[in-house]
Amino acid sequence: MAGRLAMDVSVAVAEAVRLANADVIAAYPITPQTRIVERLAELVANGQLDADYIPVESEHSAMSSSIGAAAAGARTFTATSSQGLALMNEMVYVAPGLRVPIVMVVANRAISAPIALGNDHSDIMSVRDSGWLSFFAENGQEALDLTLAAFRIAEDPEVSLPVCLSLDGFILTHITEPVLMPDQTEVDRFLPPFKPSVQLDIKDPISMGLWAPPDVYAEARKAMALALFSAKKTVVKAFDEFNRIFGRRYRPVETYRQEDAETVIISMGSISETAMTAVDEMRDLGHKVGLVRLRLWRPFPEEELLAALAGAKNVAVVDRHLILGCGSGPVGLEVKSLVCNSGLRPNITNFFLGLGGRDVTRANFKYIRERAAGVRNQLRAEFVGVYE
Amino acid sequence: MRAFEAPFERVTNRNFPKGPEVLAPGHGACQGCGEALALRLVLKALGTEFIAVSATGCMEVCTSRFPNTSWQMPWIHVAFENAAAVASGVEAATRVLKRKGRGHDQRIPVVALAGDGGTADIGLQALSGALERFHENFVYVCLDNEAYMNTGFQRSSATPFRASTTTSPVGACSKGQHTWKKNMPAIAAAHGIPYVATASPAFHLDLMNKIRRAAAVEGPAYVHVFSPCPTGWLMKPELAVESARLAVSSRIFPLYEVLDGSYRINRPAPNPTPLADYFRAQGRYRHLTEDDVAFIARRVNSDYERLVDLAERRPVS
Ligand SMILES: Cc1ncc(C[n+]2csc(CCOP(=O)(O)OP(=O)(O)O)c2C)c(N)n1
Ligand code: SF4
Ligand SMILES: [Mg+2]
Repeated sequence: MAGRLAMDVSVAVAEAVRLANADVIAAYPITPQTRIVERLAELVANGQLDADYIPVESEHSAMSSSIGAAAAGARTFTATSSQGLALMNEMVYVAPGLRVPIVMVVANRAISAPIALGNDHSDIMSVRDSGWLSFFAENGQEALDLTLAAFRIAEDPEVSLPVCLSLDGFILTHITEPVLMPDQTEVDRFLPPFKPSVQLDIKDPISMGLWAPPDVYAEARKAMALALFSAKKTVVKAFDEFNRIFGRRYRPVETYRQEDAETVIISMGSISETAMTAVDEMRDLGHKVGLVRLRLWRPFPEEELLAALAGAKNVAVVDRHLILGCGSGPVGLEVKSLVCNSGLRPNITNFFLGLGGRDVTRANFKYIRERAAGVRNQLRAEFVGVYE
Repeated sequence: MRAFEAPFERVTNRNFPKGPEVLAPGHGACQGCGEALALRLVLKALGTEFIAVSATGCMEVCTSRFPNTSWQMPWIHVAFENAAAVASGVEAATRVLKRKGRGHDQRIPVVALAGDGGTADIGLQALSGALERFHENFVYVCLDNEAYMNTGFQRSSATPFRASTTTSPVGACSKGQHTWKKNMPAIAAAHGIPYVATASPAFHLDLMNKIRRAAAVEGPAYVHVFSPCPTGWLMKPELAVESARLAVSSRIFPLYEVLDGSYRINRPAPNPTPLADYFRAQGRYRHLTEDDVAFIARRVNSDYERLVDLAERRPVS
């Protein structure tokens, strides 16, 4: 089934997991992730994917089983959303600590309360500090491609960390898009079989998950921090290799008409397509505006982002998660802290947009550009498209 | 294959496993710890060709301080409440890798080990899920010392009626734990799994053979091991084995098996020793009156008789 196809993005992700020849899938249903794992269950049931599908009784157990499976040497996949990710939180933190290369897709959905189904980034941001590599996909092709790349990056012995891919719930997961489906031989060239450097093996026993007294805990965490930073090299290498084999180029940070832009908008995920259309329309009216999109969120792509912001007078950061009690969103905070010691002196503004499934429109981006060029010394991020 | 017919080599006094301890010495359990003894026997029965998954608790903490480990087989600890879920993933992985030609060409038992808290309370959901999913090479061993010992002797749902713990203390308005011990083996058996057993370190051959059978059956097995904790029970350290023996002879912890739904009592106690003899050595029961003991004995005897009933109506054959 290779070639150009029209396909639900969730199904495309499941196809990527099939092409990756995953060994174990442990998952629990939650909207809007369900279509991905239903499709995987079908592929296993039909014998199209030789894997064990563990229908666990909770997301906490989904991640626990994934950790066990990956530790035992299996290529392991899971997916969740919102409350499911919140429930598995404890285990989300353990996985990087044990250096197990699980791949997880998060179909982003707002966190309760109020309970909601709509898309924003409050679920994934709740595990922001956990030590996973974290990517955001913009469209169906990227969802498929990054799922494949995620396995390769996670399992690289230099990295050996779990990788998470965010797909905007409904806006991506429930949309039919044209995708180029790679063929198996190409995928096999890109993604070698998983060969863990350590694993639970009766012929070569190791102990995993020892407890760390104060004289080693800090060292272990520092090693994780450094491993996550240096994983960016592997990301770039994997993207280069991906381009060589599949002819599609990905970078940690993408830019759109930003070279001569006075105002640069920073976004993540699927709203970036709307933002690009808005940028074109604003350019037609003579506004020097551009877009910077973070594809890689963790490790934070510091150099790439600073390079992309070098010429900007105004930087407008879009956030889709509230840090309650804090004046900035997570992306806003990150950009401000990066820029403040960089020598660059842009006027930084921060905007909350598209919370809980609220539509994000081109008009929103036009408004943001105006505010970014007008407001100075913004203390707290501004809510956009929210009724008083 | 029925659990009754599962092939395994019986441990006897003659062929008792020799060689170095599988649970390496040097761990940090308290003097006279009955849980460490139970664990030692479990591991001795299994050897090293299996994968162990530990829940957080006394036995995990005292055996795995970085950079040391007491575990001579592949071992993983992830957290407190999820040994069954982690073991599920390990079990699935070993089977899939074998099937796909990337693993070992042998059956690899995966054995989850957890305390009573990690089993009957916070880990019950994960355990139920694992038992229900019928993992082929899955064994769950509950080491029951009747409280959260690792965190300082707090009550669990497996703490017996009237035992004093730091969160069910005796006081002007309290006579200690006011709920009856949760019947974990019955809960496990209700999942319809092939093998459930209770065991005690005071009956070491019986314990080791139950563990071997558990590892040999196809499908999930659950073994509930009585594990006296001198420190938490306020008992002299030399009395762990004696108290385990009295628990069986007084009927408060009967030894039995459920094989494919049929019951067998391994150490019948037609003439039980007095419960007071069992309670006497343990400070956690110091406050019990004669009436309290008689009240508890009524419940203990009726539970035991129900078991006898099951063994008579549904005998192993
Ligand atoms: C989620 C979570 N809650 C609480 C704890 C603290 N904790 C660690 S071990 C333990 C008690 C263990 O009791 P049990 O399972 O009976 O094992 P024992 O130490 O008695 O052998 C507790 C409460 C924890 N580690 N994780
Ligand atoms: S507290 Fe009890 S169970 Fe824990 S090591 Fe000491 S004696 Fe053993
Ligand atoms: Mg306990």
